[in-house]
Amino acid sequence: MNFGTEHLDDDTAVVTPQGRLTMVSTAGLRNLIGELVEGGRVHIVVDLAATDFIDSSGLGALVGGLKTARQAGGDLRIARPTEQVRTVLQLTNLDRVLRPAASVRDAFGAT
Amino acid sequence: MTGNASSVRRHRAPKAANRVVVRILVILTLSLGVNYVVWRWFESVSWNVWWIAVPLVLAETYSLVDAFLFGITMWRIKERGEPPTPDPDATVDVFVTTYNEPVDLVMTTARAARDIRFPHRTWVLDDGARPDMAAAAAEAGIGYVTRDANWENMPRHAKAGNLNNALMQTEGEFLLILDADQIPDPQILDRVLGWFRDPDVAVVQTPQFFTNVTAADPLGSQAPLFYGPIQKGKDGWNAAFFCGSNAVLRREALMQLGLVGYVKQVERSIAQILRTADSLLDTAEREARDHGPEVLRAVDAVRTAVGLARTEMRSRDTSLSEVTYRFRQRVDEASRGLVEADIAALTRDLEELGELETYGRHARPVPPVLDEVALARLSHRELSPLAALSSVRTLVDAVDVSRPDEAQPVMPMATLSVTEDMATAMRLHGMGWKSVYHHENLAHGLAPEDLGTMLHQRLRWAQGTLQVMLKENPLVQKGLSAGQRLMYFATMWSYLSGFFALAYLAAPVFFLCFDVRPVVSYGPDFLVRLVPYLVLNQLLFLVIGYGRRTWRGTQYSLALFPLWIRAAWTACANVWFGRPLGFVVTPKTKQARTRPPWRLVWPQLTAMALLALAAVVGTVRYLLGAAEFTLLSLGVNLVWVVFDLVILSVVISAATYTGPEADDEQPTPTT
Repeated sequence: MNFGTEHLDDDTAVVTPQGRLTMVSTAGLRNLIGELVEGGRVHIVVDLAATDFIDSSGLGALVGGLKTARQAGGDLRIARPTEQVRTVLQLTNLDRVLRPAASVRDAFGAT
Repeated sequence: MTGNASSVRRHRAPKAANRVVVRILVILTLSLGVNYVVWRWFESVSWNVWWIAVPLVLAETYSLVDAFLFGITMWRIKERGEPPTPDPDATVDVFVTTYNEPVDLVMTTARAARDIRFPHRTWVLDDGARPDMAAAAAEAGIGYVTRDANWENMPRHAKAGNLNNALMQTEGEFLLILDADQIPDPQILDRVLGWFRDPDVAVVQTPQFFTNVTAADPLGSQAPLFYGPIQKGKDGWNAAFFCGSNAVLRREALMQLGLVGYVKQVERSIAQILRTADSLLDTAEREARDHGPEVLRAVDAVRTAVGLARTEMRSRDTSLSEVTYRFRQRVDEASRGLVEADIAALTRDLEELGELETYGRHARPVPPVLDEVALARLSHRELSPLAALSSVRTLVDAVDVSRPDEAQPVMPMATLSVTEDMATAMRLHGMGWKSVYHHENLAHGLAPEDLGTMLHQRLRWAQGTLQVMLKENPLVQKGLSAGQRLMYFATMWSYLSGFFALAYLAAPVFFLCFDVRPVVSYGPDFLVRLVPYLVLNQLLFLVIGYGRRTWRGTQYSLALFPLWIRAAWTACANVWFGRPLGFVVTPKTKQARTRPPWRLVWPQLTAMALLALAAVVGTVRYLLGAAEFTLLSLGVNLVWVVFDLVILSVVISAATYTGPEADDEQPTPTT
């Protein structure tokens, strides 16, 4: 799986997982978020527009990223989930924890 | 009787005397043939020129086997006489199949089909899905069927697929199948349906007869020997062929065939995937090592599920749907363990965060409380985390009873060959169904009118037949009687003639030009054995083909040797190496006004030139005393050359043929 990364400002980064976010690809996402937070970008937006599929491991990785970010005093937000991802978020009620934003810009702007 | 005025006459009473005469001639021919060929093998092969001697004696053996198969076919020639009257309550669907034929041509057939006397429903099966075809059918009050949405991005299986699609959308007990250019007579169903009074009859075939053909029939379109003695002979062995058009089929038999095929296919693919499961699971295990002990445990649980499924497959008490269902359930359970572990870890994370939150400015995150339904859905195949391991996904997807690789799980018409008819009939016979050949022209068709189209059609038939031979050899198919095996094999065998024709063409050329003598002697020893065999063979043919124009068929079976070789070659490459079959490239417009298409028959023309040249060279060499052969040998070989030339000359009249009439008004069928 590919992750696009973009730096919005000094402490905010956008991560774009492309394809299927599953057990096989979660380690990559965890490591990436860990590195970003360590480098001082504690505000992370996970842009899910290119994520076709997520399973319970993928959800675990998102929550893991949230924890990493918060422990560093930042936060993790998600944006633009695809239909399948939205369904799984609703199924697990996780959309109440990670509320999807309509765009990357809205993800932190709304707070 | 096809091909002349008497063809419209009703059946004559069976003639028992004919059968006795035929049997005597068969015995005499084959005895003389065996006598000759045994002598050839043991006493007269010139081994020192084996490169031509062996091909020639093999060719002669091939011809003898062909004569044997023909003799067996004629042995039980069956004259059925008048058909029983049909059950008046029978329900019938009439299918007119089309792909790209002109709408007018299809509608002529469709209207004639609609006007068939016996109550029925008529459908145009338009594989081209053309709006103007649909409109024309609707206007004439005729049903219209195209492929439904299930066929998108699936193998289409040509005409077989077209028919299978229509079978699922209609409901008549019987189906009359008509090619787009076969115009039915109004009484066709009245004449044919009665044979289905026998509940074991699955198919009734009537002749294919063409109206746009001159008496000389240079393209050999009429098949009076096949739609006559050969089909009657096959019928005697309960092996009358289904030929794709002008035939009525029993839906129940076809559906049974489809279901049996479906079960076989599913069983085969499940057994196959379970066999290869171990290597898939090994791959999965290697992948799983990177993702922790839960994943390894889950893969192990899948391995257990595979083992259980194998046991259940072997015991045969468990249905395939149960085997696959239970397998799926066990895999879901295994992935449920993973989901629970994921959710537990996620919950832990969120709880820790909750404690953190007392210091933060964020809302307190609530750990998810998942109900049974949510857990089950997260573990199901669609969302299963195990599916992230592609090898596991492959395995689980393949253990299925819904044949995801086909548009319809049940395919009644066989799809293994480009000629669906022969394979379908053979499978029906294998399941114990009967077939009937009804010898009466009840439809009038259009034959190809130019050499290119004709060659294309013949190539397809030959390729299809040989595909069936290679994929489902009749000699080893379960459920067929010995006679049925031989009847199917006979037709396949006849398509192998191309290779042997080469020997028959080459032998006299080498003899006349270079004194190469594949037979030890062309003298009296040779003639005394060969001539009676040939004479009897011709006599047998004369009696069987009496009143029929069988000469064209004889010519084409040899003269199209390049086409038969190509068919055999491409069919092998297709079946064994998955190569495409290829086409005869045909010009889109009729060739009537342009030059004859000599290019399509260049091998035959070359052979004719060589033969003629050899005759001259041989004669001159003899006259100059330069040859090592006698006058008798020269005579034998000259007769042989003349015979070859007469046979091959058919391609000249075929290439220069411009259709039955001067004007080009008649549409040309493209099948």
